[in-house]
Amino acid sequence: MKGQENALLSIRGLRTLFHTIDGVMKAVDGVDMEVFRGETLGLVGESGCGKSVTALSVLRLLACPPAEIRGTIQFRGENLLDLNREGIRKIRGNAISMIFQEPMTSLNPVLTIGEQIAEAVRFHRGVSRQEAWRWAEQMLQMVQIPSPRQRAREYPHKLSGGMRQRAMIAMALSCNPQLLFADEPTTALDVTIQAQILNLMKRLKDEFNTSIVLITHDLGVIAEMASRVIVMYAGQVVEEAPVRDLFKDPGHPYTQGLLGSVPVIGRKARTGRRLQEIPGVVPGPLEMPGGCRFHPRCARVMDVCRKEEPQEVRLGEHRRLKCWLAG
Amino acid sequence: MALLEVSNLKKHFPVKKGILSRTVGEVRAVDGVSFAIERGETLGLVGESGCGKTTVGRSILRLTEPTSGDITFNGQDLHRLSREELRKMRASFQIIFQDPFSSLDPRMSVGDIIAEPIRNHVACSRSERRDRVAHLLDKVGLHPAQMSRYPHEFSGGQRQRIGIARALALNPLAIVCDEPVSALDVSIQAQVINLLVELQEEMNLSYLFIAHDLSVVEHISNRVAVMYLGRIAELATDEELYRNPLHPYTKALLSAVPVPDPDARMQRIILEGDVPSPLSPPAGCVFHNRCASRKKICTEERPPLQDVGGGHLVACHGG
Repeated sequence: MKGQENALLSIRGLRTLFHTIDGVMKAVDGVDMEVFRGETLGLVGESGCGKSVTALSVLRLLACPPAEIRGTIQFRGENLLDLNREGIRKIRGNAISMIFQEPMTSLNPVLTIGEQIAEAVRFHRGVSRQEAWRWAEQMLQMVQIPSPRQRAREYPHKLSGGMRQRAMIAMALSCNPQLLFADEPTTALDVTIQAQILNLMKRLKDEFNTSIVLITHDLGVIAEMASRVIVMYAGQVVEEAPVRDLFKDPGHPYTQGLLGSVPVIGRKARTGRRLQEIPGVVPGPLEMPGGCRFHPRCARVMDVCRKEEPQEVRLGEHRRLKCWLAG
Repeated sequence: MALLEVSNLKKHFPVKKGILSRTVGEVRAVDGVSFAIERGETLGLVGESGCGKTTVGRSILRLTEPTSGDITFNGQDLHRLSREELRKMRASFQIIFQDPFSSLDPRMSVGDIIAEPIRNHVACSRSERRDRVAHLLDKVGLHPAQMSRYPHEFSGGQRQRIGIARALALNPLAIVCDEPVSALDVSIQAQVINLLVELQEEMNLSYLFIAHDLSVVEHISNRVAVMYLGRIAELATDEELYRNPLHPYTKALLSAVPVPDPDARMQRIILEGDVPSPLSPPAGCVFHNRCASRKKICTEERPPLQDVGGGHLVACHGG
């Protein structure tokens, strides 16, 4: 396939399962996706769709057991799932990095932020303590933390939410990764701080030429940051499209429903006070409906949808749809 | 007279330090807030962390005692009410909370949770109560047969509906909605927002809708008040606010909201720095240290909230 040669990361047939007392939970159930150099890929979906678990699977940040990861994750010519612990540690924080939603829970509270950044640098680059520290100060400057030298000596609890997120970005970018997973990086932040952080991410992406997989449920953030979007539902990819196409001409009824259900400032004048509703709830992982997983909630459901899981249909170079309407 | 009138509401929290717990300062969580809500109207109260919006909601209901200010609800001065009178007043003035997981008693069945206010306020038979609970569950889109279930058996969105049913039990005139949809997924948010709008139209309810999400607030509100560090920066109708924002903070807030449209050209106003600590707010206008249009007077004098025409209120020294 044409695209695959240029792909930085290529995920094929990813299945991430969790063995629980109540049964096997298929958090990610057959996902294919690629990430290309220099792009921001938006990964969008609601709770339980598997978007975060996909990222955690790539970086093997899941305890196996109870998790079990199957499939292939090609990166720089090797399957990441074949690497042993040492192998994946060399990649984490180095070639592939990740930032999380709650900076307070992902920053080590007993290390200063300078130490945390320096730690990653020393491990991956093998430089001296002093050099690593200087590197850390420079990174803090790059993420526009005021008085970076003083801040480097401070503990995470002394920083505001926005500052902590910047510190985490500094840590994630310190070794110049080729790929960055950003899992709801601004959801916990105030909207004006979110604007600052998104701006920063755009700037740094260009400077470092990092590809970003931006995981979020916020369609506004996706529209602003992503060039290509993948929509997930109940552990599977239901739609992929370039960002403009997704918003102007969404193919999947779930995507259409999501776009209609989001309140947008000023839209009420045209569409009235009633938002579009997707009835029902996302099925629990142990209660998956037969046929198409979305069918019980679908406004355009047909007979075939109830019986058979739809095939994925390729509609263009970066467009696909998992829906019987595409057939 | 408006259904709810709030005048110069203040809530200060003392900060105590040391062995003797001496008061060393105070957090001015709410520092002189005034507004009114008519019957059947929704006033949105929006702002970022620490702006005081949740404290306003709780103070109005006297869930937390205000430091000072006047609150008149349905003609009654809430301050003057005895505990018993206050309890009775609450039948008409209810609240829905943000967290659907902690706002329902896990050890009570859903039916009991909704019946509790009825039990406390209305003398009626058991079967009358049951009927009312069934009616309320139906009203919020749940099946009456579910009244014997427990909260943990429901999803977040359903629990929020249960909270709404409880708030409706006594046919209130007004409901304070404190971040009622923030913890919910996007598609569930839409369901709950639609429900709140429907109920308002059916029952002529007033809402004080408190949230940090400006898109949600603008959608559901008739008028919106923007708060910053304990004060109202601007108050206008929903349309006026986004078409003609006057306060620099409102403009920055509006420009910061990401729009689900890749073609939207964002003319972002990026505010520098973080919100100052409410322990030591800036003198004069509390926003001045982040304001691009700051003048000398802004550092000295607190701007009053003034009507600049058509009920559009702004607290700003700017032209």
